[in-house]
This record gives sequence, structure tokens and C-alpha cells, in this order.
Amino acid sequence: MKRTDTKIRVQSEPEISGIKRRSFVKLLGGGIFIFLQPWNVLDLLSLPADQARSLTKDYNAFLQIAEDGTVRCYTGKIEMGQGPITSLPQMMADELNVPLERIKMIMGDTDLCPYDAGTWGSQTIQSFGPAMRAAAAEAKGVLVDLASAKLRVPASQLEVKDGMVIDMKNPKNRVTYAQLAKGKKLEKVLEVKPALEDYKKFTYVGKPYKHVDAKIKVTGEAKFAGDLKLPGMVFARILRPPSHGAKLTTVDVSAAEQVPGTQVVRDGDFIAVLNEKRDRADEAIVKIKAEYSFNELKVNDKTLYDRMVGADSRVNVVRSSGDLEAGLQQSDKIFESEFHDPYVAHAAIETHTALAKLEGDKMTVWASTQSPFGLQDGIARDLGFAREKVRVITPFVGGGFGGKGAYQQGVEAARLAKLSNKPVMLVWTRDEEFFYDTFHPAGVVRIKSGIDKEGKIKLWDYNLYYAGARGSDTIYDVPNVKMTSYNQNMDAVQIHPFGTGAWRAPNNNTNTFARESQIDIMASEAGIDPLEFRLKNLKDEKMIACWKAVADKFGYIPAKTPSGRGIGIACGTDAGSWVAFMAEVKVDKNTGKVQVVRVACAQDMGLCVNPQGSLIQMEGCIMMGLGYTLTEEIQFEGGNIKNRGFDTYEIPRFSWTPKMDCIILDRMDQAPKGGGEPAIIAIGAIVANAIHDATGARLYRVPLTPARVLEALKKV
Amino acid sequence: MEEKISFSLNGKRTEITTDPSQTLLWVLRNQLGMTGTKFGCGSGFCGACTVLINKEPTRTCMLPVSDIAGKEIITIEGLGRNGKLHPVQKAFIEHDALQCGYCTPGMIMTAAGMLLKNPAPTRQQIIEGLEQNLCRCGAHTRILDAVETASKEMKGGK
Repeated sequence: MKRTDTKIRVQSEPEISGIKRRSFVKLLGGGIFIFLQPWNVLDLLSLPADQARSLTKDYNAFLQIAEDGTVRCYTGKIEMGQGPITSLPQMMADELNVPLERIKMIMGDTDLCPYDAGTWGSQTIQSFGPAMRAAAAEAKGVLVDLASAKLRVPASQLEVKDGMVIDMKNPKNRVTYAQLAKGKKLEKVLEVKPALEDYKKFTYVGKPYKHVDAKIKVTGEAKFAGDLKLPGMVFARILRPPSHGAKLTTVDVSAAEQVPGTQVVRDGDFIAVLNEKRDRADEAIVKIKAEYSFNELKVNDKTLYDRMVGADSRVNVVRSSGDLEAGLQQSDKIFESEFHDPYVAHAAIETHTALAKLEGDKMTVWASTQSPFGLQDGIARDLGFAREKVRVITPFVGGGFGGKGAYQQGVEAARLAKLSNKPVMLVWTRDEEFFYDTFHPAGVVRIKSGIDKEGKIKLWDYNLYYAGARGSDTIYDVPNVKMTSYNQNMDAVQIHPFGTGAWRAPNNNTNTFARESQIDIMASEAGIDPLEFRLKNLKDEKMIACWKAVADKFGYIPAKTPSGRGIGIACGTDAGSWVAFMAEVKVDKNTGKVQVVRVACAQDMGLCVNPQGSLIQMEGCIMMGLGYTLTEEIQFEGGNIKNRGFDTYEIPRFSWTPKMDCIILDRMDQAPKGGGEPAIIAIGAIVANAIHDATGARLYRVPLTPARVLEALKKV
Repeated sequence: MEEKISFSLNGKRTEITTDPSQTLLWVLRNQLGMTGTKFGCGSGFCGACTVLINKEPTRTCMLPVSDIAGKEIITIEGLGRNGKLHPVQKAFIEHDALQCGYCTPGMIMTAAGMLLKNPAPTRQQIIEGLEQNLCRCGAHTRILDAVETASKEMKGGK
């Protein structure tokens, strides 16, 4: 075993965040505690202001070696299907040399777990993971120190195996972690990164493990927020406006009050019905007679795009290199395209849910959220609680995809618990879920690009309207590049009529669809196979390696497009990872319907902690990506969302399932990168490119609906 | 106006006094503690609330509880027998056929009901049988594999 060379500082009276740490220790009983200080201040600075709680005064995670030898990891991260409940223990088991099953994760509880801004951005493994590994390595160092004293042999003579510290010269002279932790109440603060275990010695990391929570999820035992029940609990339904921007003018709740067992609560325009029975609350809420005044934006899903490019925007040149004028001169052919991307919903099957209970002056909320600490702040801010009087507990979350970074339902449940002094369960309806979703923002991308006679890209003028810049890198080796973003000019105009936010690989789907479509357009016009064209213009070794892997798996045979075969390819980067894709589609030219037959994807994600979980994430990305590619689009008129159910907003179904071949490149010696999002970014592009290859029709707008395919076919 | 309703729940005779116009979903979840049956959309489009009623997969989110008088209800909690998982449950674990797990009980109940009627479905029949159940995490291909595996095991009489 390796000794850590870290100086361990035992703080008897910690000068910072002492109260919180003391309370952890009090709550959690005996054993050895390791506290972590985050060293990545840049992560902190990138947070939105309301989330930029000072991490330096807090501790970002900690481990406990309990007196029974159980290792507990307390983290503000949450489990929503993406698998950290399985993969984080793998990392910890290797650093601590303990059996995997001895590790328990305690996730998303603001009283027990140190601060974390939220579970998003494919950050759990790549940012939190190394910190947690460091804590585990530190814990091992502490245990070896304790063992050295107890066994009366120098630390260098000790090895650690299966949760035991063993004297290498006399293997009978040994002590377990449990024995070392017994009767201790030792606190250690980790300030410097200790040396980590060599990847070649990993026992658990890099090996496939199935979801550890599968058993309780197939039997119905797993508890989601809505599955909890408290004595005296009532269900709430809240009066909602018909559209964003509508204002309540008159209201009559008398008929609602006649529904047996109903209590109407009101705080200004915030009106809700409470009932011990959910069905009665549903019945009561529709009996409220309410009228509204409307002052909505004059915009809908058809006029939006013109409005975006015509608006008086805040213009920002994000990147610029070379000279566009020179690029024009060097180009033999110039291409100008405009791509449109609509608002898209998260549509997790579990709607936003929260149970709130007020006891004395302490508010406890169990919520389906990706940001338990964000919700804690939200309740403190909006309802006037001291932060330490608010506890948020996160049970299993039934899908998030970025949508549960927004926590409105948790604040609403707390508000109702405060108003009624009863435990309140709030389960948003599907209608509310669609109405209050923080949608993937609609956007426009305009690209002007040029190639020389050899098919080398010489010009790349990229203009992004009202979507985010993630994934807007050129990727290709182009001498003359300009990337301009057009965003809301707060004084001049409001563009988005309702809330927008992060949607799995935020905005990268928009940018990759546009860029990789444009690349394909140029390859086709140059008469060069689209893979050859890309390789000709790529210098990025990692991207090229992904292309080789995916082409091999797919059995790619080069051809100029359109070849009539229905094969589409695309690549990109996201969350630090590289991905390359190939797909085959069938297009029914009579109906415009597209069936994706197979998809292959190669991903370089650095060190892959759990190949099983990562493959499942890739498959999930591909399936979910088919939704924004083929059907998903919010229809709206002003602030009114028109499709608010699964009958009108269609998400992927079993009959869509393509054959999937996912490959993860072996990068055990490298740092781990994100795996929850990259494989979704190019689904729009591969399908659009495949439709073009099949038919010669080019589509510039997702979703690629049958009507749009038929329309594009007319232009062939 | 509460009424007494008798039925069989997971093999046990059950009698409850309840408002008969409530939906079975919320009676199961809130009165009977069977929270494995999930609310997803409230209008029968997603399938998260599926249980077996007289062996038929049925959505409970719009079904008045009075409808189940005298019937046999099986929920996800009662699908296994004698402490053993049902073959579909086992196959879901084996194939890792879930992510967040929220649609999972409804998927399993729908598949179990389908296999009661057709113990040897083709891949296409499995797709059709599950087509009206929604999964947002994208576990589809593994769910199809799991149901195929379960059907093979059940044909073997295990």
C-alpha cells in the first residue's frame, strides 16, 4: 500500500463551519470522520449568484468509518437513475480497500450532507468523484496511522486488504477498520490532495456493476418523494393561471369549499385547496371560478424564429481567430444555412413532487429535486426561514434531465405547510409539469462557411441566437473562425415567453445539429464521403480515435451523399468527453415517417468508473435523443403552452428502439469525464444527415416530423 | 358518502370503507400503502399506474375504486410469490432494465399481464404490448430483452 504524504491536521476547535460539523458528528455517532475542502474554486465561481454559497466556509463531502466498519459517504449529490449510488462506491472501495458492499451512500440530505450546488452537467464522477477518492485515500492514511500505533509496527510495514490493516511481516498481527474506529470520535480535515491509488491496482473501478438499487426498484419498495406519508397529511392542488403572464382579477372559491373535507388556503394570488384525499383535491380545484387579465407576448411557435433574429439583441463575439475576409478569399464554395430548434420539455415520468412538514420553527421538505441545497435556499429566501431551520431530504428521484434543478414545487409545498400548519403533499399534475417546465430553450443558428478546392474548411462564421454556447466549438481545424452569440437585451425585449433551463447536455443538441448538418452539406457539395471530409478537417486525435472505433463497429463503407442508403454520421464533444456517431434510417417517402434502424456511438470519457452504467447512460441518451429529433416540440401561443400531455407531446416509445452499439474507449489512465449527456448531442444531426443520404432532402429544423420531411422532399 | 368495498389485494381478502368515486390509484397509494403503483400523468397515457385486475393489466389513475368490488388486484408489491421475485422482476435486475425506476413497476405489471395471456411472445409482440408504457430514461432495449428472458424462463415452467 502507499502511504499518503499529507499532513493531517486534527482540529479540536475548527474555526470555520464548526457548528455544522459538530452537528454532523453529533447526529452520526462515533467513528472516524473525514471532511473535504473543495479545491476547485473555479467551479464555485461559475455558479449562478443565488447558488454561490461560499464553499470555502463549508465542506463538500465527508466519509465516516463507523464503529461497525461500515463506510458512509455523505454527499449532496442525488440519484435519479444516472447511477452514482453504484459508481461512487466503486471509486471509494478501491481507495479504501474495503469490500464494495460495506459502503453506503447517504445522498441529498441538507442536514447530514455538506453543501453541493446540484446534480447536473455530468459532474458527479468527473468533479465530485476525484474529491471523494481523495477523501477515501485520506481516510485510509488515518486508519493506517491508527493501526501502526495499535499494532506497534511502522506504517511502511502495513498493507490494507478488505477493510483490514495487516502487518506484512506477521499477517496474524492485524486489525479491522471497525476495530480501529471503535470508541473513536476522530475528525480529520482534508486540505491537500493525497496520492491516489494507481489505476492498475483498481479492483472495482473500471469493472461493470449493475444498479445496486435495482432490486428495490422492481419490487416497489424504493421510495420516491410522493411515496411518503405523514400523520395528518393533506394533498394540495394550486390554482394555476391559464397562461404565463396572466394575472388573476377575480376569484370565487365557494364551490370548492363545498367539496367534502376541503380547506381553501389563500395568500394573495396564491390559492390552493387541501384535502386528505388527492381525488377530492382534484375535484375541488376545478370548482374555483377565476378570471384573468392577459398581457402576453405576441409570439407563437411559428413566429418565434423571425422574432429572435430580428430582435435588438445583446451581441457578444465569443471566439474569433483568423480573418473572415481572408476565409472568403480562400474559399472555393460558400454555404449559408439557418437552423431552428424549438422548446423541448424534460417530461420525466415522475412529476415535480414535494412533501413539507412544519414542526415548531423547523421546515422539513422531502422533494424530487436535483438541487436539495438550492431548494433549501429557495425556501429560506422566499418564506423567510433561517437556512438552518430548513431541511431538505431527497429520496429517489424519478428522472430529472436538468428539469429538476428547478424546485418551485418544494417552495410551494413548504409555503402551504406554513399556511395550513399541516403536512402537505404536492404532486404536480402532468399539465403543471408541462406548464412550469424550464424548457430547453428554442434557438436559431446561422452559419456561413466555406471550403477550398481540396475540401478544406477555410471559413466558419457561426451565429447563435438565444440558445447557449455549450457545444458551439468549431471542433474542426479551420483558420478563419468567428462565433457570435445573440442574447437577450434586458432593456429592449423579452424573447422567451416562459421559463427555460438546462436540458440534458444543455444547448449542445442545438449546436451539434447545426454544425454537423452544415459539415454534411459541405461534404455532399464537395463530392467527398462525409467521414473522409471530417477526417480531412480534423486534428483532434481523440475525435479521430472515436471515428475509427465507431466506423469499425458500424461497418462503415464510404460513399458520397446522397447515396440512397440512409446513413448519417456526426461527432462532437460534451462534458469533457468525445463522441462520434453513425446511424442508419429508413424514410417512407409517401408518409414522411422516419424509422431509425441502428445507431453506433463511440465515446472517449477518460477513465470509465462503471462501464455497465456508462453504456446504459449512452443507450438512454440515444433513445431520449430520438425524441427531440423526431417529435418533441412545445407548441405555444403567447404564454399558453398548448401541448401539455403525453397524447400531444410525444416522447420515444418501444417501437422506435433502434439496434444500438455503444463503445467506450479504454482510457483507464486518464481523468474521468462526463458520461450522462455526451451521447445525446448528435442524434438530431445523424438522423437529419441520414435522411439526406436516403433521399437527398435536407432538413434545417428539428424535430424532423413527417410533415417537414415531406416538405423537404418536394425541394429535392 | 363512504361505502364498503371488498376485493382481493395481492392474494388477501380486503375490505375497505372509502369514498367509492376515488380512483383506485390514490386509494392504493394513500389508503392501502401500496406506493409501488405510481402516478405519472393521471390520464392513462403513460402506464406508470398499471396493476393487474383479474389478471388484466389495467391503468388505475382514472378507474373508480368501486369498479374493483369482488375482483382480484395484484400490485407490484404482490407480484412475487413466497418471497421469490417474479421472473419478470428477476429479468429486469439481470438485464439492468431500468434507470430512475419510476416507470418500472408499471412496465413490469404490463409485461407480467402480457405473458399470462401470451407466454411466448415474439419480439414484435413484446414491443406492441409495451408500446403504450412510457420510459423517459431510455431503458427500452433492455426492457425488451428482460421481457424476452422472462418469457423463456416462464415457458420452462420455472
